[in-house]
Amino acid sequence: MTRDFTCIVCPNGCEITVEYEGKNVLSVTGNLCKRGEAYVKQELTDPRRTIASSVAVEGGVLPLASVRLTAPVPKEKIFDVMEEIKKIRLQAPVKAGTVLAADILGLGSDLIVTKTVKAR
Amino acid sequence: MNIRNVDVLIVGGGPAGLAAAAELHRQGVTDILICEREKQPGGILRQCIHDGFGLTRFGESMSGPEYADRFIREVKEAGIPLITNASVTDITKDRLVTVVTPEGLLKVQARAVVLAMGCRERTRGALAIPGERPAGVYTAGVAQAYMNLYNRMPAKEAVILGSGDIGMIMARRLTLEGVKVKAVYEIMPYAAGLPRNVEQCLNDYGIPLYLSHTVTEIHGDHRLTAVTVSAVDEHLKPIPGTEEKIPCDTLILSVGLLPENELSLGAGVTLDPRTRGAEVSEYYETDVPGIFSAGNVLHVHDLVDFVSMEAEKLARSVTRYLADGLPACGIAVTCDRSVNHTVPMRLSGTEDVMLSLRVSRPGRDVTVRVTQGGREVAAKKMKKALPAEMIQLVLKAEKITGTEDLEVTVS
Repeated sequence: MTRDFTCIVCPNGCEITVEYEGKNVLSVTGNLCKRGEAYVKQELTDPRRTIASSVAVEGGVLPLASVRLTAPVPKEKIFDVMEEIKKIRLQAPVKAGTVLAADILGLGSDLIVTKTVKAR
Repeated sequence: MNIRNVDVLIVGGGPAGLAAAAELHRQGVTDILICEREKQPGGILRQCIHDGFGLTRFGESMSGPEYADRFIREVKEAGIPLITNASVTDITKDRLVTVVTPEGLLKVQARAVVLAMGCRERTRGALAIPGERPAGVYTAGVAQAYMNLYNRMPAKEAVILGSGDIGMIMARRLTLEGVKVKAVYEIMPYAAGLPRNVEQCLNDYGIPLYLSHTVTEIHGDHRLTAVTVSAVDEHLKPIPGTEEKIPCDTLILSVGLLPENELSLGAGVTLDPRTRGAEVSEYYETDVPGIFSAGNVLHVHDLVDFVSMEAEKLARSVTRYLADGLPACGIAVTCDRSVNHTVPMRLSGTEDVMLSLRVSRPGRDVTVRVTQGGREVAAKKMKKALPAEMIQLVLKAEKITGTEDLEVTVS
């Protein structure tokens, strides 16, 4: 069997064709770098994505602090992770880089703050 | 009124202005003033909370605020003066700059001015979509600001017109926050944004992308209630009989970005009709001596990494300009209809140059060719070439001779 992918690792967006039998990858073509090969192999067995969102901040100069995952999580867990993110309320000041949830839902990825919000 | 003197005044504290300031400082130019009209520096990156910035410039992937913070910290640590809430309202061709600040009017005489104002979004007005005038029609960047900066949810059921990157990123962002995004409609027969965004923002969430379709009517009294969409023919004209009414309370427009050059025009800078940015030399100098331009105000980029790197190159040119002046740039870069535009538009022919360009339409197995009087100066073979992607190639000085124009073609 063959399957075509658009690689999302970097902006090159390589169009990669994978030839495979079951879980056995026979050939990978069209990728400009090794990361493309790793991406499609992952995509065939266990597609993963990182996500970004925001959490509410009380008493800050901004009402929101942006957050993101440090590593991709299984695609089907994205909305479960969003539910966890929505539960979080922060009190200013908030510092970029702060880990809000280590190993979120046991998925091997941390949720970190990406924007510093000073107290009002 | 007192006139303050500086070596370099930078208009805009977004990615281009910050990168230019940091690099100028590294090059030993320290008498700088950055004027930013918003409350905080960082420009549009402040609301771009998604991941994927920095892969080219820093070799790692981060969010927009984190990317901006790298430059903001460097500018602060270097002690470069940056005033916020400061709107530049006028620049003369002799580089006398008027700035409106909360403390009053400021007049600054600069030896060099860096234009780093970025771009803005095309609006409904620019498209002239017929119909009612209800609330609920936003550009993608405005919807992004509501959600990511002000904690306001702009939609329950959304339709997106235009497949620009910000529109696709907002399709995902809205979906993650529980909004039903019904579809993305694109008038052209191909996506306007990057393929990876079609994949990770639309396909991942089952959001359909309809090519060769556009919104032909807007319905609603106080609030948007529906849009009519139609298929378009090869001349982009709506095909009668294909109309479909889609109920929705929000229409998001992602239909292109325009460099914001009112100040440049006021200074007498000539704009290029294709980029709508300044016509610049390889040193990013406009046709007004001492006024330079880089980033999205010069031409709309696909990636912020390239904005930063272009502004850093500009900074090295400004450093040379202040020290010993710059070589004359008499060699014009021209292109045929296969190329949408190139930057720069003029070269000296004395040193290697990075040429940036965009193709007019998608192509497969194409070659970008730069020639001078029929001789090949540079060529780049590409498996695919998309209008969404900026293409760069290096022109070697030793291949450029005389003052004849260079021609760029894609075939």
